[in-house]
Amino acid sequence: MRRSDLGEFEEVVLLAVAALSPKAYSVVIAEELERETGNSVSTGAVHAALQRLEQKGYVSSFLGEATAERGGRRKRLFTVSALGGRILQDVRAVRNRLWERIDSHLLLDWQ
Amino acid sequence: MKPPRLADRFLNWFCAPHLREEVLGDLHERYALRVVQSGEARARRRYWREVLAYVRPSIMKRQSGEFTNPTTPDMLRNYLTIAFRTLVKNKGYSFINIGGLAVGMAVAMLIGLWVYDELSFNTYHKNYSRIARIMQNQVEHGVIKTSQTLPYPFIHELKTNYKRHFKHIVTSTHTGDYILSTTDKKLTKKGQFIGAEAPEMFTLRMLKGTWAGLQDPQSILLSASTASALFGDAEPMGKLLKINTDKDVRVTGVYEDLPQNTELHNAQFLASWDYFVATNAYMRQKKWDNHALWIYVEIQPNTDFDKVTASIKDSELNVIRHLESMKEEAATTPQMWLNPMCNWHLYSDFTNGTVSDGPIQYVWLVGLIGFFVLLLACINFMNLSTARSEQRAREVGIRKAIGSRRIQLISQFFSESFLVVFLAFGLAILMVTTALPWFNDMAAKQMSIPWKNGYFWLFNVGFVLLTGLLAGSYPALYLTSFQPVKVLKGVGLARAQMGRFSSMPRQVLVVMQFTVSITLIICTLVVYRQVQFAKSRPVGYSRDGLLMVQMQSDDFYGKTDLLRTELKNTGAVTDVAESQSPITGVWSTNDGFRWKGLSTPSTDQFATLSVTPEYAQTVGWQFIAGRNFSKEFASDSSGFIINETAAKQMGFQKQSAGSAIGETIHWKSQWMTDNVEKSFIVLGVVKDMVMESPFQPIKPTVFCLFGNPNWINIRLNPAISTSDALPKIEAVFKKLIPSAPFEYKFADDEYAAKFRTEERIGKLASFFAILAIFISCLGLFGLASYMAEQRTKEIGVRKVLGASVFNLWRLLSKDFVVLVIIGFGIATPIAYYFLHNWLQKYQYRTEISWWIFAASGTGALLITLLTVSFQSIKAALMNPVRSLRSE
Repeated sequence: MRRSDLGEFEEVVLLAVAALSPKAYSVVIAEELERETGNSVSTGAVHAALQRLEQKGYVSSFLGEATAERGGRRKRLFTVSALGGRILQDVRAVRNRLWERIDSHLLLDWQ
Repeated sequence: MKPPRLADRFLNWFCAPHLREEVLGDLHERYALRVVQSGEARARRRYWREVLAYVRPSIMKRQSGEFTNPTTPDMLRNYLTIAFRTLVKNKGYSFINIGGLAVGMAVAMLIGLWVYDELSFNTYHKNYSRIARIMQNQVEHGVIKTSQTLPYPFIHELKTNYKRHFKHIVTSTHTGDYILSTTDKKLTKKGQFIGAEAPEMFTLRMLKGTWAGLQDPQSILLSASTASALFGDAEPMGKLLKINTDKDVRVTGVYEDLPQNTELHNAQFLASWDYFVATNAYMRQKKWDNHALWIYVEIQPNTDFDKVTASIKDSELNVIRHLESMKEEAATTPQMWLNPMCNWHLYSDFTNGTVSDGPIQYVWLVGLIGFFVLLLACINFMNLSTARSEQRAREVGIRKAIGSRRIQLISQFFSESFLVVFLAFGLAILMVTTALPWFNDMAAKQMSIPWKNGYFWLFNVGFVLLTGLLAGSYPALYLTSFQPVKVLKGVGLARAQMGRFSSMPRQVLVVMQFTVSITLIICTLVVYRQVQFAKSRPVGYSRDGLLMVQMQSDDFYGKTDLLRTELKNTGAVTDVAESQSPITGVWSTNDGFRWKGLSTPSTDQFATLSVTPEYAQTVGWQFIAGRNFSKEFASDSSGFIINETAAKQMGFQKQSAGSAIGETIHWKSQWMTDNVEKSFIVLGVVKDMVMESPFQPIKPTVFCLFGNPNWINIRLNPAISTSDALPKIEAVFKKLIPSAPFEYKFADDEYAAKFRTEERIGKLASFFAILAIFISCLGLFGLASYMAEQRTKEIGVRKVLGASVFNLWRLLSKDFVVLVIIGFGIATPIAYYFLHNWLQKYQYRTEISWWIFAASGTGALLITLLTVSFQSIKAALMNPVRSLRSE
């Protein structure tokens, strides 16, 4: 399993799916990311990332209920698969290990 | 409150259908959020950006089908089955469709072959791209004359000073008739005396012997057919032959007959130029002003025709400029140039130094006609396929309803149209194979289908693909786009949906068809009229039973009086006379005449023919005034008989025809009177005789008694049949001139030959016109029946309400008549323009009168009405109960 499979944006989207579970779909993910990062995020970008994640097997999807503001159209809901969850943990472990190796003085400097 | 409609439409267009629901849902939901957060205006702006963010391959890519690679061909086979069933079910349409297209394709193929043959002229020779003949331009009376015949001293000049440009320089005589005789056989064959390098330069395919065969002066190369005519199966190599009576040669080679589409295909033998010069001493004495030979050259590989032309341009002028005796010749500023082999056939006529409309025009014209006939057939095909396909809208609906994907329907319709085109193609090949001998005969060609030529097949496959695509595209792309609900709910709706848009192009196509057909009808009529007009021209002599024999060798001379008496004694001949040309040609023209009122000789060219006094009786001269030459008066040797045109040109005709009689004409000619001015008395004036082209004005002609007649004219006794007379005449010739074969020409045959080109054009034009009309009518018939069928209900209702058969007939025919009239309106100016230009070529020409147009228009209208009426009357007679009940 290559780590490079997961791009930075994909990783964030995957995390958002996990955080918003079980009601994660493009619109709420995009809104959430916008709020968290302060940058504007289009649903198109999120949609494409979700498509890629689904292809890789990190998320699974099903069609949910329709609402009025969607013009009676159904939404596609996403959940993180077991494989996706493991990947997220791997990524986190790698980062944690690296963080721990950073000299504490340096960390103090940054603050 | 709604998001921008245009953005949604844009999204719907690029987004894959299976993603549309979630994508649009997401967009709308977020839009609603944004409106609440930041107001409608900003939300709308953002919406566009959001939509554009979806423009990426993963969103646009369409979902692939479930069965993209079918494991069993059942369904594909079903397409063919359905296609065949549709063809068989509508036998009439299938016949019209396939037959019409096949006829069009066959015609296009025949024409294609013809054009190919014309364009591939002379390519038989391997050095095709580097061979040329030397031409000479001279300015005479302010007009540039282009000629292929060159003066004898030029050979020496070319070979000594310009040799470096050329790989080969080959001199040659004109192609002429010669008698080839073995000990037991005599044949007249066309041949050339030509330089020894000719076989190599023209890359003749030697069946026997080698290219070096002409090195020895007393040698001859025979074409395969000549060799077998002379020697049968016996070995020709080394055999001795006589050319005419004076040249003894030995056969040193046999070459494969040159194909009909080469310039030299007439030459049935080649003999040595050196030997010709050796036995014709006069050749060497010819000066720069006497043009008597042809020169073919092959240029060096490292140069091109333009460069060589530039360097030899003044080669003659530079020499004769310094010669005192050649002042006159130098005044014409002779310019030499190379005419490349690729231009010999199609660009061979020159007027005033530039290429005039020659055979290339016919190639274009015929090619264009072929294209149009093919176009007509394709139009038909498309028209009928689209008309029929509307009936299949319901089939499309059902197929779609039970799960057919659009792409499958498209491939189904295309496979059907390809099937039909392939069937038509097969039929066309069959037609071409059977019609080719006949077409060859008509076009005077020897063409065959190039089965092994890759380009031929490439072209055909390309054409089949193109027609199949064009014809199949409408049903395949348009019909399959309907929503099944609409099509199935009511056929009427589907029809209304397309009726308005689909009938317009069809009408345009019908108009186009009739434009072409009517143009061709008009052309045929005018060509036919022109030929008839020229044929009915008074010829001024009697052609029937007039035999002409060329005096091919010296043995004839001095025996003419004996011949005359012997021939007359047979009883089969009434008169015999000699003349300088056959009656169907003028071989000699001269200037230098000076008549009453002129102080210096005129520069007008007159045909000058020496005849014997019996000529008048033999050819049936019609005297307007004066009398014939007579043997009684010795002074008649300085007498002239002139024709009407000559009398007019000399200004005698103004008073009366007889006023020319007794007038004196002075004549100074280098060739005929040894450059001394002599005076002649006009003895008689005869009616103009059409000796040359019947489409051109008559040349002013002067007949005299001196000179060298080289033809014998024999008037057969009308009381004796030709088949009885000929053996008797032949016996006399065999007895008196045993060295020459007895060969004769009939004046009426020769005269008829003058119309051959025009008759050929007429035949071709009528052939194409008939085909064009046939194809158009097929199409019209199909369309009419389709229309009638479509309006069955309407007709039924009208009948119930009291419409008469005539009313209905008028209703159904009207549409087509209007189309034909529009076609006629377009065709008339086009045809007039082309025919007017064509007729300008002929001095003696018919007028394009209005009735030709009227007749063609009426004809086309009648044919249309006949075609359409069959269907419309059938529809009008139908029982309304039936048509209204059926549903």
